[in-house]
Amino acid sequence: MASVIDSKKACAVNPLKMSQPLGATLAFLGLDACMPVMHGSQGCTSFGLVLMVRHFKEAIPLQTTAMNEVTSILGGYDNLEAALVNIRNRAAPKIIAICSTGLTETKGDDVDGYLVTVRKRKPELADTEIVYVSTPDYVGGFEDGYQHAVTAIVRTLVKPQPVKADQITLLPASYLSPADIDELREIIETFGLSVIVLPDISGSLDGHIPPDWRGTTLGGTTLAQIRAAGASACTLGVGEQTREAAQALQEISGTPMEIFERLTGLEVNDRLLQKLAHISGKPVPAKYRRQRSQLLDAMLDSHFYTGCIKVAIAAEPDLLLAVGCLLTDMGAKLTCCVSTTKSTSHALLPAGQVILGDLEDLEHGAADCDLLVTHSQGRQAAQRLNKPLLRIGFPVFDRIGNAHRRMVGYSGTMDLIFEVSNLMLDHVEHHHLGDWPLTSEALQAARSMTASVSQNISEPGLFEPRLADASA
Amino acid sequence: MSASLKARIADVFDEPGCDINQGKSDKDRKKGCTKQLLPGAAAGGCAFDGAKIALQPIADVVHLVHGPIACEGNSWDNRHSASSGSQIYRTGFTTDINELDVIYGGEKRLFKSIREVLDKYDPPAVFVYQTCVTALVGDDIEAVCKRATEKFGKPIIPINAPGFAGPKNLGNKLGAEALLDYVIGTLEPEFTTSYDINIIGEYNLVGELWQVKPLLDALGIRILATIAGDGRYNDIASAHRAKVNMMVCSKSMINIATKMQQRWGIPYFEGSFYGIGDMSDSLRQIAKLLVQQGAPTDLLGRTERLIEVEEARAYKRIEQFKERLTGKRVLLYTGGVKSWSIVAALQEAGLVIVGTSVKKSTQNDREKIKELMGDDVHMFDNMTPREMYAMLRDARADIMLSGGRTQFVALKARMPWLDINQERYHPYGGYEGIVALVREIDRAIANPVWQQVRIPAPWGDDGETLGAVSAAVSA
Repeated sequence: MASVIDSKKACAVNPLKMSQPLGATLAFLGLDACMPVMHGSQGCTSFGLVLMVRHFKEAIPLQTTAMNEVTSILGGYDNLEAALVNIRNRAAPKIIAICSTGLTETKGDDVDGYLVTVRKRKPELADTEIVYVSTPDYVGGFEDGYQHAVTAIVRTLVKPQPVKADQITLLPASYLSPADIDELREIIETFGLSVIVLPDISGSLDGHIPPDWRGTTLGGTTLAQIRAAGASACTLGVGEQTREAAQALQEISGTPMEIFERLTGLEVNDRLLQKLAHISGKPVPAKYRRQRSQLLDAMLDSHFYTGCIKVAIAAEPDLLLAVGCLLTDMGAKLTCCVSTTKSTSHALLPAGQVILGDLEDLEHGAADCDLLVTHSQGRQAAQRLNKPLLRIGFPVFDRIGNAHRRMVGYSGTMDLIFEVSNLMLDHVEHHHLGDWPLTSEALQAARSMTASVSQNISEPGLFEPRLADASA
Repeated sequence: MSASLKARIADVFDEPGCDINQGKSDKDRKKGCTKQLLPGAAAGGCAFDGAKIALQPIADVVHLVHGPIACEGNSWDNRHSASSGSQIYRTGFTTDINELDVIYGGEKRLFKSIREVLDKYDPPAVFVYQTCVTALVGDDIEAVCKRATEKFGKPIIPINAPGFAGPKNLGNKLGAEALLDYVIGTLEPEFTTSYDINIIGEYNLVGELWQVKPLLDALGIRILATIAGDGRYNDIASAHRAKVNMMVCSKSMINIATKMQQRWGIPYFEGSFYGIGDMSDSLRQIAKLLVQQGAPTDLLGRTERLIEVEEARAYKRIEQFKERLTGKRVLLYTGGVKSWSIVAALQEAGLVIVGTSVKKSTQNDREKIKELMGDDVHMFDNMTPREMYAMLRDARADIMLSGGRTQFVALKARMPWLDINQERYHPYGGYEGIVALVREIDRAIANPVWQQVRIPAPWGDDGETLGAVSAAVSA
């Protein structure tokens, strides 16, 4: 529904977008015993690492090929080989997952070719799977990097296998939290189905305390699970960004697919449960029937605070769609929408237009809105405009518990609705004396009765306490 | 790398203020001080990161990053360097180049971006940062900045420190060089006094400088410019009229101090505001050098009296923690620079330092650590997270003080941890700050949560183990 407009600025001010390699890294962090590597200068990795740590409040395993000027120009083969061997020797991961960066893409490093050579030269890497995805910084954003990384994992590691009728593959969107993934897994398993989540950050970034220190990821989709995805009866994807990987699974092993454009909201979850009932041949469990009823009640209780509010929202395409649609379902108006990149999701957004821009665009468009919705970098804008800020997406570095915030399923939807409503309740406008001054005509009219009365009336204090009492 | 950048790097590696550097042969000096990075086992920021950190605290200029989204998008507004006025430095500006810019060059986009930010924000100057990709495709930011300065009549300063040029520390120096080349000495202060100083290498993290400034104010000492915490473009441009320079963080911007000495004859000293002894020494040094430069001699006596009062008060305030903290073991992991400067104060509170990192420390720093703590202290260059974790879990320390990146090693080992790096929220400067640091240590160690988290699960200690972990152990 929304038309897409490109912000015509040369200079992005207060960027909304995060880079592709960072999105790819998030996908790789959802693989068990994995070491993600950025093929680039060590700064590329360092910036990404700091953001990840600040968002998840977790140690993030992430390595770099530490390219310098000379290796950038002559080609990064030696650095890549050294990085792979060093990582194998030090951390012994099962998977080493590499993404490129702007630097090495500009030079034109042929990493696919390098990996063929490395495999020949370094037999000690035989027990380590290597996944590579091309993610130049100057193309796309976080969501794109994640999308291509998941596809690369599928194309590198999944092989066709005989179908298991009770197994499905779930491809989560990059904006789902570990708790969101846990919620979906639980829903699917309640139907007696087994599920392979790819990638699964609920195993690695959910903030648990492991019994020992490990240099690699602390959990996630295991190598055996990734390979077994070839046997699933169906692929379910959350968000348009999972379509590419679902199609890859379909090509490799003929698995049928269904993409849910979002799983935040009532109807989309009705659709999910029906789909699962259909696959499993079992009725929707009583637990979710009850949750549905609770969600309905929550929506009723909350609509007072979300109805007709004007929202300025900036997020990556799929997240924009998920949160934007829910807010619209709850009666809000999306008066300013900003996103990072082109996507088919924008066509579904219930808004007039989407600006592909930055947080300056959001700030300008938010002047008369009631609520700002974006990641933590929107906090300066919210402060300047003195408006409430709902933090969504990545990075949220000034709140803790990000891994446990939910927005999918009936109960996750309910959580998000409560969060928005409580935020609005905090900002309920309190009226003051003098909020309803009489017009000059009215005053004049009142004054003209008699000269002696008009002097009193000209002091507003006389009448307004009574008005204030009446409104209270 | 352009010839000019190459010459610049060779230049910053010739450091007259560094004994190690001067002890090297010409050939070795050219190689620089940078250790070769090990691919697959490297951590830390790049030259761009360093330059940006060094200059970002200059509060009233636009910091415009010319490059793809990663460089600024992933890093803007990530440090709590405080400003008492303008907030423009906390706004992220980047050219966010795309594929076509990589192919055709991004100079035009950069020029247009400069025009846009001048129109919209009207800063006194724009700092333009080079990055790897735009350097690799050959964008000449120096030429663009020169043209923009002519066209718009405002200083547009090129900061030529692309990430691949080297590590963060080199970037600090390249950022400093840009100030020397284009900023310092280009304006005259409105007036000067015999008490004017610059503070170099101080970033005013969480407002720390403001814990120190009242002391200087009381003595009548004026901070002409700070480079760069809470800095203003015009102040820094007229910094060459100061009588004395203080270098705060010994390694990051020493080239500013040495070159200001060569060009304008301004004496400098290296000092620190962390720890009681260091704070006092710094005040003494400032007073001594100002008097040498012609300030009235009564400054010396006034300084001593102020120090006496402040020290007595600080020690008295620390004393009250002594009973609770005596014998508690501290592991310091700070990157090394600040280690020795806080050790004395921690010892005053009865704390025992069981280990300290010396990765970024100079030989001089190491000597000082030995002097303070004796030979048996555990100095380590680069402790792996696993070793750190083992040390904490085996309870060979009671608390770790470190930067944000290693915090989870401590927390996962269920050990108290205190943030003393740039992402922290508490200021630890001067006599006020050291008391705050000791108080925070006490608060961290005394928190009952540590007992709670160490209670084993009733169904066996393995309750929270996820299956994946045992798989790795067997691998």
